[in-house]
Amino acid sequence: MDFGFTTAAYVVAAILFILSLGGLSGQESAKRAVWYGIVGMALAVAATLIGPGSGFWLLSILLIAGGGAIGYQLATKVQMTQMPELVAAMHSLVGLAAVFVGLIAHFEIGRVTGFLSEGGDPYTLGTFAQLIAKKTTVEINILRVELFLGVFIGAVTFTGSVIAYGKLAGRVSSAAEKLPGGHLLNIAAAAVTVTTLIWYFNTGGFFPLFLMTLAALFIGYHLIMGIGGADMPVVVSMLNSYSGWAAAAIGFSLGNDLLIVVGALVGSSGAILSYIMCKAMNRSFVSVILGGFGGPAGEQMAVEGEQVAIDADGVATALNEADSVIIIPGYGMAVAQAQQAVSELVKKLRAKGKNVRFAIHPVAGRLPGHMNVLLAEAKVPYDIVMEMDEINDDFPSTDVAIVIGSNDIVNPAAQDDPNSPIAGMPVLECWKAKTVFVSKRGQGTGYSGIENPLFFKDNTRMFYGDAKESLDKLLPLID
Amino acid sequence: MKIGTPKEIFDGEARVAMTPESALQLQKLGHECVIETGAGAAAGFSDKVYKDAGVEVVKTTAALWKAADVVAKVRAPADGEVKRLREGQTLISFFNPAGNGDLMEAAAKKGSTVIAMDMVPRISRAQKMDALSSMANIAGYRAVIEAGNNFGRFFTGQITAAGKVPPAKVLVVGGGVAGLAAIGTSTSLGAITLAFDVRPEVAEQVESMGAEFVYLDFDEEQADGSASGGYASVSSPEFREAQLAKFRELAPEVDIVITTALIPNREAPELWTEDMVASMKPGSVIVDLAAEKGGNCKLTVMDEKIITDNGVTIIGYTDFPSRMAAQASTLYATNIRHMMTDLTPEKDGVINHNMEDDVIRGATIAHEKIVTFPPPPPKVAAIAAQPKKAAIKELTPEEKRAEEVAAFKKQTKNQVTLLAVGGALLLAVGLVAPASFMQHFIVFVLSVFIGFQVIWGVAHSLHTPLMAVTNAISSIIILGALMQIGSGSALVVILAALSVFMAGINIFGGFLVTRRMLAMFQKS
Repeated sequence: MDFGFTTAAYVVAAILFILSLGGLSGQESAKRAVWYGIVGMALAVAATLIGPGSGFWLLSILLIAGGGAIGYQLATKVQMTQMPELVAAMHSLVGLAAVFVGLIAHFEIGRVTGFLSEGGDPYTLGTFAQLIAKKTTVEINILRVELFLGVFIGAVTFTGSVIAYGKLAGRVSSAAEKLPGGHLLNIAAAAVTVTTLIWYFNTGGFFPLFLMTLAALFIGYHLIMGIGGADMPVVVSMLNSYSGWAAAAIGFSLGNDLLIVVGALVGSSGAILSYIMCKAMNRSFVSVILGGFGGPAGEQMAVEGEQVAIDADGVATALNEADSVIIIPGYGMAVAQAQQAVSELVKKLRAKGKNVRFAIHPVAGRLPGHMNVLLAEAKVPYDIVMEMDEINDDFPSTDVAIVIGSNDIVNPAAQDDPNSPIAGMPVLECWKAKTVFVSKRGQGTGYSGIENPLFFKDNTRMFYGDAKESLDKLLPLID
Repeated sequence: MKIGTPKEIFDGEARVAMTPESALQLQKLGHECVIETGAGAAAGFSDKVYKDAGVEVVKTTAALWKAADVVAKVRAPADGEVKRLREGQTLISFFNPAGNGDLMEAAAKKGSTVIAMDMVPRISRAQKMDALSSMANIAGYRAVIEAGNNFGRFFTGQITAAGKVPPAKVLVVGGGVAGLAAIGTSTSLGAITLAFDVRPEVAEQVESMGAEFVYLDFDEEQADGSASGGYASVSSPEFREAQLAKFRELAPEVDIVITTALIPNREAPELWTEDMVASMKPGSVIVDLAAEKGGNCKLTVMDEKIITDNGVTIIGYTDFPSRMAAQASTLYATNIRHMMTDLTPEKDGVINHNMEDDVIRGATIAHEKIVTFPPPPPKVAAIAAQPKKAAIKELTPEEKRAEEVAAFKKQTKNQVTLLAVGGALLLAVGLVAPASFMQHFIVFVLSVFIGFQVIWGVAHSLHTPLMAVTNAISSIIILGALMQIGSGSALVVILAALSVFMAGINIFGGFLVTRRMLAMFQKS
């Protein structure tokens, strides 16, 4: 039984998926691109249901509908600030699904080989089992390696995403934590994986597969626990990449080209995204994955001076007099849900003919492009939202820079102090503006726990308080 | 150490290398000061004020040279003065070592150390000792005043009850320190000021002083001054022609011309030719600050003021700083004092002549019986080069082509290497794996490739939607579950059903969230 129709549908779906990713190069074409993705997915599922997956099709449709309802609820209810958590949580679902599919493939191999040795007729079997039945011994062995890989990556993705979700949602401590033993534990678990692979390859038994799954689950957990909250953008995009590779590995074991194509697309896109993030933080991918900041190379520069506070009146006066303003949002703005207030402020300032722009650091927030999404939600026009490289040269000619809930990305120590843990990381040079206001909860250090000399500079004024409350106080004073 | 200043013996020199104020500062460094009687008189400093400042006043030149360990003076020493030098003594003064080779040899032979104030390198750190600049500053100012003195009209334009006075038009040639000082003075007096310099980067400085820069209709890019330590270099004949043509055009219009063009160690270039002088209005004034080096105008007579047949005054004085002796002495003495500060780093009155120091090494022309001129190039570049502008414009079409070809070759090389390695790997896999696997493998590799190509183009601000979409798309894993759900045991069905369910959540959730996000992006 061949499914010419299904293959044709797969080709169309694959092209639609590629167009969907490529369409994200611009804001306008992106809106169309999502539809390509949706249509592609619908085509792929429908074709599979009609073709090779027709067994229990009613149950399948019901399950998809049920899952869809939950997905709909989640997607419409979620706050834009909780985006990172949602994405992480959904990755875990893909990971778990990959584990299950891999395990099923294993069971099927066992069943089919048993069935054939009893002299059964392969044509009475289901579609997937038929596929297995046709395979030679070498192919079965390759199949085993593939599904082994699929289960491994899937399991790492699953626990990793759950922990990432926990960290982003604040349910797990965001600090980098490791069990005693540190990376030795990871290495041990990896060794277990390799051993079980050889074991499984030779015997084909369930136990080594099971053991490996446990090891992989542990690796996922421990790896992500060891990464600090500030590195979450990289982690999330890396997990995204993993879920793609898992799908590709499963695609190999099922002999399904669409799975391979899409898995590879997702995998490579996640990998590139992680690479871009790492570059933006001036850190190597390996050091991010191995967790935490490296120990400081020497004594860090002591910060001199004191933080000078200012109240809403002072900020308002400066803003009323300023001609050019640059706003630098960070995770603090997301936490305080202050994006609407920020948008309101920008509207008022722009109405007075001031040049107001946003400066977005590539790793601001907890997801790549996090700040752009939040500002878009608050209806800030995207053409005044600038990237770091576009705007960094403009700070010296700027009257007021407002830092809302960001810390490390505006830390001058990255340029001045070679012993700082973030030395060499590109930062927004907001201290070159004539005046800098920093909206911040209190005097504590930021996510990375590094002291920020910006707060002690002569032209910096600290505007203490919750970002949203501070801005609400400020708004009526702007006239 | 004892620092002494003799009376200047050069005819008409009114400046003095030590003022009461600088003497006080020198004493703070742990030095003692001594001065020849009457040395400061021409600059307005009497022996009494020196005495009040704690300076010992000696009666004769000979006594001073004998008493002082360090002799600070203004003009380069005369033969007689060099003879007075003794071993271990330090002389600080202007020297012009390139032109005074014999004197330098003689001083070195005596075993004394000579620091030439005109050899202080032009780096930021040494600006406080840059006596040439302080003197040039005075010369520029004085040149305008001197011109005004010989010019029969106001500088500024006025409309009065007695009639309208047009503003004077001043052209300053050369935008060095003297030129800029002249521009500043002239604009603050109210004249319309034009300025010219062969170094293109000076235009900005000129305009910042309030003058209008005279641009030439000339395409060739001039080398900027950073290559020659901030000084002008010799220009090409074509450029010179364009420059003279422009000056000829301006000559009948301008009332006052101040030329300050000097090229180090060369005769001054001729910029204001006789026919330009002839075409100027009667009553116009030319001040030639380059008179000492032959003058920018060939009619200039050094140290004299002449009036041409058509009534143009040409001033060729070379002693402008000396004509403002009080100001010039204050500035020069401060330069000397800063030099001493660098020479006595411990502030204990002991001179540490550190030949490793760029500034001290550069200014020292004789030390420990050896002539140390010319100095090696300073370790710190005097002026940051302007690579951006110069580099891009200097490229000829051929060079550009060569560069492009090189870049293309490099890219090709990289890609070919990658392809070769990738191809070899694929072949290696193909040797072991069966054909059915290879079919899928090719699909896989191609997809990874497409993924890499496509994602580079994704806008930075769309990274979050990208992740949401890829997340939604990665639930394609549902196909695997769907294919398996129909076949096999209850366990398989349950696992497959769970997978389908979870993937279902993901598909809907992922796409909807992406749509929500994208719907929010809007243009202003």
